[in-house]
Amino acid sequence: MTPEPGRDETSADGPRPAAEEAPALSVERLSAYYMTHYFGVEREVRAVDDISLSVRRNEIYGLAGESSSGKTTFLKTIAAAVRPPLTVIGGSVRYGFLDRDIYALSPAELSAIRWKHLSYITQGSMNVLNPVRRVRQSFIDFAFRHMKLGRRAFFVAVEQHLQQLHLAANVLDAYPHELSGGMKQRVTIALATICRPEFIIADEPTTALDVIVQKDVLAMIRNAQQKIGSSMLFVTHDMTVHANIADRLGIMYAGRLVEEASTADIFTKPMHPYTAHLVASLPKIGELARKEALSGSPPNLSDPPVGCRFHPRCPLAMDACREASPALTTIAPGRRVACYAASPLARLIETTDRAAGAAPLGQSTGVPQ
Amino acid sequence: MSGELLEVDHVTKSFAIGGLFGRGHFKAVDDVSFTLQAERPEILAIIGESGSGKTTLARMILNTLAPTSGAIRFRGAELHKARGRRQRLDFIRQIQPILQNPYEAFNPLKRVDRYLYASAVRLAGARSQKARDAAVDAALQKVGLSLAEAKGRFPHELSGGQLQRTAIARALISSPALIVADEPVSMVDASLRMSIVNLFKRLHDELQVSILYITHDLATAYYISDRVIIMQKGKVVETGPAREVLMHPQHPYSILLKESVLSPDDVGRGRLTVEPGEAAGQGAK
Repeated sequence: MTPEPGRDETSADGPRPAAEEAPALSVERLSAYYMTHYFGVEREVRAVDDISLSVRRNEIYGLAGESSSGKTTFLKTIAAAVRPPLTVIGGSVRYGFLDRDIYALSPAELSAIRWKHLSYITQGSMNVLNPVRRVRQSFIDFAFRHMKLGRRAFFVAVEQHLQQLHLAANVLDAYPHELSGGMKQRVTIALATICRPEFIIADEPTTALDVIVQKDVLAMIRNAQQKIGSSMLFVTHDMTVHANIADRLGIMYAGRLVEEASTADIFTKPMHPYTAHLVASLPKIGELARKEALSGSPPNLSDPPVGCRFHPRCPLAMDACREASPALTTIAPGRRVACYAASPLARLIETTDRAAGAAPLGQSTGVPQ
Repeated sequence: MSGELLEVDHVTKSFAIGGLFGRGHFKAVDDVSFTLQAERPEILAIIGESGSGKTTLARMILNTLAPTSGAIRFRGAELHKARGRRQRLDFIRQIQPILQNPYEAFNPLKRVDRYLYASAVRLAGARSQKARDAAVDAALQKVGLSLAEAKGRFPHELSGGQLQRTAIARALISSPALIVADEPVSMVDASLRMSIVNLFKRLHDELQVSILYITHDLATAYYISDRVIIMQKGKVVETGPAREVLMHPQHPYSILLKESVLSPDDVGRGRLTVEPGEAAGQGAK
């Protein structure tokens, strides 16, 4: 497929003019832990640890990270779908369409905004579509209440929406098992966008799909998002998908956001060693050089390593990394990195420290934990 | 040993579909032939989208499904003609599977070492506890783990990458000549995926194991395999040396597959453009 000329320049200069407005989602210092106590053993799993980010209007914000890095927990907390043992410890989640924090809402208010303003595309579309009812029924279940239309007008709207997304209207009469995986995922996307929500959360929507279908489904997500002008938080561990769909990318590691930048910057000039590894290890057709794998495995979140959570696997680990966790700092416009090695200031402090003597590094840097 | 390790000879598998009336047949694998040479172990990638018959082919090679027609010969002996426990166990020893999802391959309520010990006893013939421990530990060492790490652990206590390594270690216990890996890395995390892929490459280089690498990921197939077979709807549409086929695909389906691969080089917006109708036409099977 040839790229359309003239659509590429947006990626180059990063933030678009729309960024001046209030963000579609702003998350401030959000922490959510799984708190369990079984048989007198108390455990605290820090799945989301002090995350701040904002999603601009009309953009797709990609969130990358491996499993057990807290991606899904983060999605649950921003969707206010929190059930024990998951507990929100602190922080705020504000949406552009809401005047209050989402945790200030009553359950009734919450269910009114869900699907209408905030919708969700899940990984397993089978979990969304009722397997024993026709797809038509799923549309009624999810959207009828929010659309506030008569039954006939509702289906006219549904069919129009399907047509916009290039889906045949007869999928409404199919049972989920009659549709292929890709088709089901398309129906789920249509379902998630029917109410024209301001904000869409997509959790690994293409992971279960084949390469050929995946590309079409991604294109459809992109299309739908542009048509209804909503913002999207797109979560997947697949960096090649992010390269092709996200405007900005946040990289999560062990419950923390370690880097955030425009997609092009992440891929061409990664600054966090974990990001650099992720990008460098992507196999490409036509490239035979041996790709080094990262040693070790992601930390156990109930007992994370002291200091930077990446330091046991990090090739650049310094003394400072073992003592204190680097904060996510802005080091260039639109770029935030949580790494001592990436920030020139941290490097400077380290060198002055070394010159001064054996002063403990963690204290002198004074980085907030 | 000389000659063919595995010979897949015009194999067809058809499944009956429909009810009593209007009974039809659906060919999941249609006239597929290829051979693996014994003296020259190789990594053969079978590429195709879901529904292309990859997994059915794998199950026939693992002898859990009998082909409708054609024959699969392993070292000259036909697989599905194996009779008796002893003969079957012999095949199982030589051909070992690695499944897609390590979390499904292991029972979540049982400790992972149970599977390792069971394989050591049944397939490697380790009788004493000492011999079992030695066999299991040796296999785990080959994948970069150790018995101390895996012993007594439940699947949820290991990361996806460790669990997949454990599954590979289990397959290695009986020193197989052929490993059939069905989408072994698609459920493994990004930072661990390359370690599994590199592990396959190392097993092939060091242990001289032939590997049938079934995948839909062209990029990793290009990275590790020597030869590829591209399947579409049960038929082989293109086959040849991996680099050649994947760099210059000839068949329209192979070309489509290659074009669909999302490349990290296409960073930025606007590449994902689809002409109206194309998106709708693809999904309906």
